[in-house]
Amino acid sequence: MSIDKATVAKIARLARIHVPEENQEALAGELSNILGWVEQLAEVNTDDVAPMTSVVEVDLPRREDAVTDGDCQDKVLANAPSRDGGFFVVPRVIE
Amino acid sequence: MNDLTGITIAEARDKLASGTVSSRELTEAHVAAVGAARPLNAFITETPDQALAMADASDARRAKGDVGAMDGIPIAIKDLYCTEGVLTTAGSAILGNFVPPYESTVTANLWKAGAVMLGKTSMDEFAMGSSNMFSFKGPVASPWRRAGDKRDLVPGGSSGGSAATVAARAALGATGTDTGGSIRQPASFTGIVGMKPTYGRCSRWGIIAFASSLDQAGPLVRSVRDAAIMLGAMAGHDPKDSTSVDIPVPDYEAVLGGGVKGLRVGIPAEYRIDGMPGEIELLWDQGIAWMKDQGAEIVDISLPHTKYALPAYYIVAPAEASSNLARYDGMRYGLRVDASDLDDMYERTRAEGFGAEVQRRVLIGTYVLSAGYYDAYYIKAQKVRTLIAGDFKSAFEGIDVVLTPTAPSDAFAVGDKADDPIAMYLNDVFTVPASLAGLPAISVPAGLSADGLPLGLHLIGKPFDEATVLRAAAALEDTAGFSALPQGVV
Repeated sequence: MSIDKATVAKIARLARIHVPEENQEALAGELSNILGWVEQLAEVNTDDVAPMTSVVEVDLPRREDAVTDGDCQDKVLANAPSRDGGFFVVPRVIE
Repeated sequence: MNDLTGITIAEARDKLASGTVSSRELTEAHVAAVGAARPLNAFITETPDQALAMADASDARRAKGDVGAMDGIPIAIKDLYCTEGVLTTAGSAILGNFVPPYESTVTANLWKAGAVMLGKTSMDEFAMGSSNMFSFKGPVASPWRRAGDKRDLVPGGSSGGSAATVAARAALGATGTDTGGSIRQPASFTGIVGMKPTYGRCSRWGIIAFASSLDQAGPLVRSVRDAAIMLGAMAGHDPKDSTSVDIPVPDYEAVLGGGVKGLRVGIPAEYRIDGMPGEIELLWDQGIAWMKDQGAEIVDISLPHTKYALPAYYIVAPAEASSNLARYDGMRYGLRVDASDLDDMYERTRAEGFGAEVQRRVLIGTYVLSAGYYDAYYIKAQKVRTLIAGDFKSAFEGIDVVLTPTAPSDAFAVGDKADDPIAMYLNDVFTVPASLAGLPAISVPAGLSADGLPLGLHLIGKPFDEATVLRAAAALEDTAGFSALPQGVV
């Protein structure tokens, strides 16, 4: 599968990473190489094979649906790039 | 190196127990060694004051007769583990100012066992890499040098800062994490022991996530006994990680002297890959002969899907990474780059905060998970993963451990392979299959390359059978008698 410049722009948008237009061509080449290399998986017959969902054979544990943590607003906000009165400050989303 | 920094954890434990040395003295010697090793660029944050305070607390506990399994032992922590009140960057500019308000479970276990923290070690950004060239703080150098060559060599990665530190005798041990080989390959490159336990043996809580179905914590140390001691202190069930398994942690040290008489050692035909350097093949054959001489039964096995492990890994790991790294959006913590609107802020924050290799993997992961490609790439890779795990399961019906080389070469120079992602990925060709199958595995230093650099041998075990892996590794270590020292040890 060869990735073109437009596809790079599209997945960069999906991944929310700004890729300057002048870098898109080179990145398209790199990603195409990697995807070309992983495509050898097509040789493997996987009919009737279930995709792996858990690498260890254990049941997922259940826990009581209860609050076990909290009352730590200062800790939650300690690393915020911008905060005000106990809130995270983010850019305006709704005009 | 002196008589306090050149010893193993087990030897330090004996000296502390007999009162020959205090944790304060041991820790002061290592704080000095960390300072002397600064040219390696192995640490992102040094914590000498905290180390000495922890050492004094350990000495006070010892005076009262109340000591844990690693009491007073100075170690280094990979910068992927969240440490309360201490900068934790994951080797990334996007977390360049992140100070966690909580402690990871594994480091909390180590402090509970009495260990002393010397600082936080550098790593490939978000644990993505096999060279430690991709840290936002610049490359880490190995203390080893190629004979007749002054160039800096890589320590391997992604736990390269931890491996370089332990090899340079600047810490008695260090934590690493292993997603596709990030403990074992650096251990091989730097002549030390590195172990990845079974997936689920150590809690992942508080360890910054790369690929959650593969990430595991483990020790980098200078002997198999030390691996047993340190893994025992790190492991254990944790309700905060739903994939952490609730089974008892055995006394790993107790099994070490057991030898390998009657042990069935599998040799997988598919690991004899095209273009494998002759010296790697020779070392492997030597390891087989050593095991045989000690009474192990050598069994030829087949792991038919080995060839497909790396390509499957390079779909599964980037896919999980693209999902895990979506949280770095500049809103709640980490870097924020000002921009005209919200989307622009996300995009510029992530473009500036993530390095080239992380961006590449997030983009690959986004692509293979996107509409129309999910089945063709991601589901296909997870099916191949089932087949790879099945190969091991069948093989383990007739054997106890698998013996292979750890890495397909000795260490390369800083700067090499940096522009060729696939050449870099091939470093993990022997370590990735065990990762995909969630199996415990260890790298033991076993010999030197023609250029005088360390080479490791790799043992893979059954799920949760770290004890047998360690027992076989101890026998391998005894026979190999690896004693070479890096030239860069001061």
